[in-house]
Amino acid sequence: MHHPVIAPVREPLVQGRKSYHQITEDICSPTEKVPGVAWVAGFLVSVALAVFGVVCILLTIWNGIGEWNLNRTIGWGWDITNFVWWIGIGHAGTLISAILLLFRQKWRTGVNRAAEAMTIFAVICAGLFPIIHMGRVWLAIFIFPYPNTRGPLWVNFNSPLLWDVFAISTYFTVSLLFWYTGLVPDFATVRDRATGIRKKIYATLAMGWTGAAKHWQRHESLSLVLAGLATPLVLSVHTIVSFDFATSVIPGWHTTIFPPYFVAGAIFSGFAMVLTLMIITRKVLGLEEYITVGHIESMNKIIVLTGSIVGVAYLTELFIAWYSGYVYEQFAFYNRALGPYWWAYAAMMTCNVITPQFFWSKKLRRNVAFTFVLSIFINIGMWFERFVIIVISLHRDYLPSSWSMYSPSWIEVGIFIGTIGIFFVLFLIFVRVAPVVAIAEIKHIVKGAGDQYTGHDADQKYKDFYNDVKSGKHTNGHDDHH
Amino acid sequence: MSKEVLYGLYDDENDLFAAIEKAKAARLDIMDVYTPFPVHGLDDVMELSESRLHIAGFVYGALGTLTALGVMTWVFTRDWPIIFGGKPYFSFPAFVPITFELTVLFAAVGMVVTFYVVCGLGPFGSGATILDDRITDDKFCLAFDTTGMSQIDVEKYSAFFDGTGAEVNRKTI
Repeated sequence: MHHPVIAPVREPLVQGRKSYHQITEDICSPTEKVPGVAWVAGFLVSVALAVFGVVCILLTIWNGIGEWNLNRTIGWGWDITNFVWWIGIGHAGTLISAILLLFRQKWRTGVNRAAEAMTIFAVICAGLFPIIHMGRVWLAIFIFPYPNTRGPLWVNFNSPLLWDVFAISTYFTVSLLFWYTGLVPDFATVRDRATGIRKKIYATLAMGWTGAAKHWQRHESLSLVLAGLATPLVLSVHTIVSFDFATSVIPGWHTTIFPPYFVAGAIFSGFAMVLTLMIITRKVLGLEEYITVGHIESMNKIIVLTGSIVGVAYLTELFIAWYSGYVYEQFAFYNRALGPYWWAYAAMMTCNVITPQFFWSKKLRRNVAFTFVLSIFINIGMWFERFVIIVISLHRDYLPSSWSMYSPSWIEVGIFIGTIGIFFVLFLIFVRVAPVVAIAEIKHIVKGAGDQYTGHDADQKYKDFYNDVKSGKHTNGHDDHH
Repeated sequence: MSKEVLYGLYDDENDLFAAIEKAKAARLDIMDVYTPFPVHGLDDVMELSESRLHIAGFVYGALGTLTALGVMTWVFTRDWPIIFGGKPYFSFPAFVPITFELTVLFAAVGMVVTFYVVCGLGPFGSGATILDDRITDDKFCLAFDTTGMSQIDVEKYSAFFDGTGAEVNRKTI
């Protein structure tokens, strides 16, 4: 109830001695100004890429999957690589908003809103690929079990591909609801500052939010339970994506380590993308006092942890391939490292295993420019990881007569570039229309974790808190959610 | 029916807490309290009962579990049994992932819908009157319903705000 001042104990999460009103001003103002040149330029480039991607998608649908360079041996190429890459990126948002909420990590409040938005946009991009890959996209509805006139012929509930349909659509729905419910009070803040048509639009978006005590109580209860639900959900999604591979009998895919290894990789790549985006966003929108170097450091710690898990998983795979005594498995891994696609394996190993180790250094964790460059390396490395798993495992079949090679057609590359365009179009619209940082949540933590609190009883509160800490009553400030 | 509301705005949640305690001591009926962010301890001071939303969430989740298991079992054992790799028709382990996903989906969607319904929130239910535009910014509001009160009673409520540090306003909503 009463917030002890913990700023001297921990690095402040909100800098610049903010008042509640100043927080509102800082976070709402980007939605109220005419966009700058950087935003307009970025938006136009993104729209151009998105349009190019849509043209490539339409060509694929019109002419068929033959527009791609897939062949009988390599039936999954850039399409599924991109699908897994995007879905992995879509893991950081819910991890930050749900798991870090349960772990009482208050630094999540600076970045959760944007990370959740990123999650939703990444899942949209991911979802496109399996649908396009079907070829006859107008029959995509067949993947859902509904009573039909074909028997009724049901979907195969025993298939990991169908589990994927349920996992990803559930993940998308729950993430969207979680994100929007968090946005409602902040839309109300924007509404109460706006005039004219903007006020009408934000009044609709805010759904009549008043800030009544009972509503806040229910809102908190809802957020906590949604976080509890989203935590196993986020772990299940990439687990199930990994089942797409692990339940098959392809050497290189048929490994029991896949679920934890995919989940760690997803969190790893998701945080890399959050860093890439937030380092630009905080600069362009002037939010450095909310998304501080401390936040970047915290995310880098998760990068070094998950990156190391991924590295151990890579080595474990190699060891188990050797130890299994199974020649096809041994060949699959020998061929990954030293076969014709050795460069993809080398890129994966360098970007995912070696580069994150730099973050053991505190100096580098707190270096914004260095973090930005490294986050790009990780994004590239995690794309290569999926390429390695999918294409390298497939291209050497059991029968040497079926051996093949694969490089994408310009249309496949175009679709990938197009999804990057779609992702950035959505993200750029988001930063213009919605508060990028969760306003109410920041106000909630600012007294306890900001460096601004200067009320008349600040000194006494700090002393009380300090004594409590010494006597073991508090471990870290107050209880966040109860 | 319109309401006459007398409300005070505070700059800090601690002043709000003090005012609520004072109002309770004076046995005044608080209409509601509005804050820009969730203030912890407010539900205790206002003696709000615990939210039952999580119970609803459990019920929705259980419904999702039963729906998923029920449909998959019915389809694969009654409606259209198919042998997959010699496994039994009722292959429970293979049903677990979808059962889990539907449990989460039902619980989440159900709770969110329930939340909006019980709070009276919705895209077209935005008729809720906002007492003051600054409540979603930096003011903490304590409101009394003074509809149909005699002048003496209204003055009693106005006098309450004296010395609590409130900015006092009246509004018909």
